[in-house]
Amino acid sequence: MPTPFTDWLYNFPPVKWLNALGPRFYASFVEADRWKLYLKGLGVTFQITIAAISLGLALGLLVAMVRTAHDQQLPGRRNPLLGLVNAVCKVYTTVIRGTPMMVQILIWNFVVFSTRNKILVGMVAMGINAGAYISEIIRGGLMSVDPGQSEAGRSLGLSYADTMRFIVIPQAFKNILPSMGNELVTLFKDTSLVNAIGAAEMTYYASRIGGKTYDYMPPLLIIAAIYLVFVMGLTWLQGRLERRLRQSDRR
Amino acid sequence: MIDVKHLSKSFGDNLVLDDISEHIFPGEKVVIIGPSGSGKSTFLRCLNLLETPTSGVITFDGAEITHPKADINAIRRQMGMVFQHFNLFPNMTIRKNITLAPVQTKLMSQAEADEEAAALLRRVGLEEKADAWPAQLSGGQKQRIAIVRALAMKPKVLLFDEPTSALDPEMVGEVLEVMKELAREGMTMVVVTHEMGFAREVGTRVLFMDGGKIVEQDEPHAFFAHPKEPRTVEFLSKVL
Repeated sequence: MPTPFTDWLYNFPPVKWLNALGPRFYASFVEADRWKLYLKGLGVTFQITIAAISLGLALGLLVAMVRTAHDQQLPGRRNPLLGLVNAVCKVYTTVIRGTPMMVQILIWNFVVFSTRNKILVGMVAMGINAGAYISEIIRGGLMSVDPGQSEAGRSLGLSYADTMRFIVIPQAFKNILPSMGNELVTLFKDTSLVNAIGAAEMTYYASRIGGKTYDYMPPLLIIAAIYLVFVMGLTWLQGRLERRLRQSDRR
Repeated sequence: MIDVKHLSKSFGDNLVLDDISEHIFPGEKVVIIGPSGSGKSTFLRCLNLLETPTSGVITFDGAEITHPKADINAIRRQMGMVFQHFNLFPNMTIRKNITLAPVQTKLMSQAEADEEAAALLRRVGLEEKADAWPAQLSGGQKQRIAIVRALAMKPKVLLFDEPTSALDPEMVGEVLEVMKELAREGMTMVVVTHEMGFAREVGTRVLFMDGGKIVEQDEPHAFFAHPKEPRTVEFLSKVL
């Protein structure tokens, strides 16, 4: 039964706004099975993340190995080929870490590749970007191991490769893990940037839904929540793994 | 056995070893003493090329180890080294610490190395620690394990870099005891140390280093009783 008071209340701006929220979210999520689009986009986001982190790990490991091996050569026994490869690696990390990721994505899309498969372009752009950061993370981890450890290994007559494999890398792993987790989280969130070249990941679908319903707020809040939930999940997993590794220290 | 000719080493502008020539004969127990910064640790570390000499030639058993084409790994297998800070591998059990190098360098099979490790651990009284982790051991135990780890490679010479300097005083004795036993068995040893008692008792020759040079050397009795150089007299008056 509408009365002057209820009329006033329903037209009171905050109440009116709140009242309309339900239908707005309904239109952005349930109507026309739009939730399927978020899921589809999330799937692509995962694909890009996994491809990029794999490519990044491979590149990062390679670059870190080259640069560490180069820096640890004995003076007077330097390998010129390694010096060349090391210089290439240095240029790679400097250029990638010194330019915005967005600009890199645009360059890969408009300058380097001419493919319609924008997801693939996104994977390559993000993977090559991640490789530069991961190489520095791994290099830092290797350098954080007490030099006495590799001296002990080498003084026993173990080769450089065996010393790295059995002594240095296993100890570096524990130091690398936290930064690597952060890199994965950053990468996962930054996949939203490839929306700029039209790769159909989650952010792309959110803006498409916004365009269709003429209402951008609900889809953007929805994907923000989805990103947040997965980042919190990843962080929790990372914390558990680190705790387990630390326990082995107290043996 | 180890022949050093005109060895110099500088870090940047800092000359740490100044034209040292020296010879170490099989079976000798050479003890190197001197103030900190005198270059004694650097000298020792040059012997197995943990430091690269700036100039000079080092020969081990007739092979020139400072030659750019020398197989450093093969040479290091015959020269064990014991460090001040033990440098046990914290990511491995004691048994693995000892057997890693002999197995990886194909000196022994894993079974042979395990047996050797057990025998060596029994010798230093730590046989029950084979499955322990380095973090569970005291400093003295760690250093005895480090000696065993070096011995497992059956080296011809053992280099000791201040092996007791990082130990609690009450643990120094147990490590020196192991070293004395090795000396009695005829192992060739080069020991950088501040333990004058050890130098006197075990050494066959004492080298006194200062300012990157070997200032004076003699057999221990004469060295401690009648030092000749003023710098040696001054040093000994402070430490004895």
